[in-house]
Amino acid sequence: MNKDGANLSRRRFLTAATTVVGAVGTAFVGVPFIASMQPSAKAQAAGSAVEVDISKLEVGQRMTVEWRGKPIWIVRRDDAMLADLKTLDVKLRDPASQVAEQQPAYTQNPHRSIKAEYAVLIGICTHLGCSPSYVQKTDTHNLGNDWKGGFFCPCHGSRFDLAGRVFQSVPAPTNLVIPPHKYLSDTKILVGVDQGEA
Amino acid sequence: MSLLTATRDWIDDRFPLTKMWEDHLSKYYAPKNFNFWYYFGSLALLVFVLQIVTGIFLTMNYKPDASLAFASVEYIMRDVDWGWLIRYMHSTGASLFFVVVYLHMFRGLMYGSYRKPRELVWLMGMFIYLALMAEAFMGYLLPWGQMSYWGAQVIISLFGAIPYIGESLALWVRGDFVIADATLNRFFAFHVIMVPFILAALVVMHIIALHEVGSNNPDGIEIKKNKDKNGIPLDGIPFHPYYSVKDIVGVAVFLMVFSAILFFAPEMGGWFLEKDNFIPADPLKTPQHIVPLWYFTPFYAILRAVPDKFLGVVAMGGAIAVLFVLPWLDRSPVKSIRYKSVIFKVALAIFVVSFVVLGWLGTQPATPVFTNLARLFSVLYFAFFLLMPFYSVMGKTKPVPERVTYHAH
Repeated sequence: MNKDGANLSRRRFLTAATTVVGAVGTAFVGVPFIASMQPSAKAQAAGSAVEVDISKLEVGQRMTVEWRGKPIWIVRRDDAMLADLKTLDVKLRDPASQVAEQQPAYTQNPHRSIKAEYAVLIGICTHLGCSPSYVQKTDTHNLGNDWKGGFFCPCHGSRFDLAGRVFQSVPAPTNLVIPPHKYLSDTKILVGVDQGEA
Repeated sequence: MSLLTATRDWIDDRFPLTKMWEDHLSKYYAPKNFNFWYYFGSLALLVFVLQIVTGIFLTMNYKPDASLAFASVEYIMRDVDWGWLIRYMHSTGASLFFVVVYLHMFRGLMYGSYRKPRELVWLMGMFIYLALMAEAFMGYLLPWGQMSYWGAQVIISLFGAIPYIGESLALWVRGDFVIADATLNRFFAFHVIMVPFILAALVVMHIIALHEVGSNNPDGIEIKKNKDKNGIPLDGIPFHPYYSVKDIVGVAVFLMVFSAILFFAPEMGGWFLEKDNFIPADPLKTPQHIVPLWYFTPFYAILRAVPDKFLGVVAMGGAIAVLFVLPWLDRSPVKSIRYKSVIFKVALAIFVVSFVVLGWLGTQPATPVFTNLARLFSVLYFAFFLLMPFYSVMGKTKPVPERVTYHAH
């Protein structure tokens, strides 16, 4: 490059300024491309609420519905099962559901639900996203004689109780997530809308 | 002057055709003592081309749509003329790609091909390996079977383990709240355009870097130290015709193995195509036993060996990352395993055993015994690399010859 009589500091400044402006422009053009990979408006809309009829659910049964493409479990628990929950507290990582993101505030109670009888859970393991199996106390299993019923993840062996609370020394770090939901009537649940919202 | 030479000269005046031919083939001097282990570089290139060609033909009938994908693969298998052949060539090619690449990497490990001045050859090769893993992972989602779906679900959830940004990153990668049509569609785009493009560019860089410094050899000595009066290495022979012909023999044998698998065991008993993947993806039900394909299982075993979600991901990433710094870990005065100390030979043997055992453990259920074994072999895996700066200078190395070891046949 010819340097005879050139104002080198001005040349350096102009080169740097052009580079910076070009880089900023490139970054701005990059934004739409990055943003286009976010969940689309359609995917967001598919996250709308799902109405579930629980009138046919027997004690001990679990039903699965789909919300936002995820399995939502509803488990009907009797008094014996609820009594078992208390005995497990010492074996759990977060028995009092203190990790706030895992459930709406109105389910932060010993049975982790609005009505004690019905547990509503997102059936996705908090470890790496597999869907755990429902293993009842009376099923054949190899989860030990003191198994009170709950959920077992086949992928990496995480265990949860009937309130979706995680056991200690398993890979999953937190309790199963409870979706926002509310009761429309005694036998109808709306999944995806918080209690108190329209 | 014939028309042919006239045409060549016409081109050479405008494009360096003859020069490129000479630089990379007819006047690229490779050491004359290459052995069996030197087949796998050219074989990797062959499989790459095979994957590109079969892949192009598969895209003609495949539908990257969550509601159509599974059926379109079955359509290729049953209704498209020779579709089964092209599909099995692609799926068998994927596994054999990793077979030849692992053997190619092991060759480098044995003969010190990653050592100065070939650090960049090794690094570019590692980036090829990384891109290849991404390519294989995204390709495996496309048939939209149960293993495709839940395998992808587990691997993308790994991003979620990163503190703070993890969950939003996983959401951005998926493009939906779970693995869904958006994920399938973008993985298709990455699998057929982006990653193959990156791979091709990296392969070209890998070869240019190799031809700049020259090939290593089983003795791990530099043939450029001894040149004749024309500047040609005394122990070098032109790649073409000597090694091009040798490699064709390798290709013939490789294609025999390839065809045997293709025609007699395309699923390889569940190792190349898992049986759960013949069930369409069901977002509500995880298969009882999730296993990645065999080429990822050593790293999967390391992931499961760590009882903490985030640290497990770190260990798995570290197991791959540590390969990148290999050129700076080995401080032995000699390159080739032939002249290295007994300590190094033992360490390499332990590493090979660890890698294979971890690979097997990754396919097994995580019982307490297997988990403890995975922990032991994970430690050995990392010890091989992290202790290398110390043990590579210990023990007695053998004297390195001045010229390559070569016996005429």
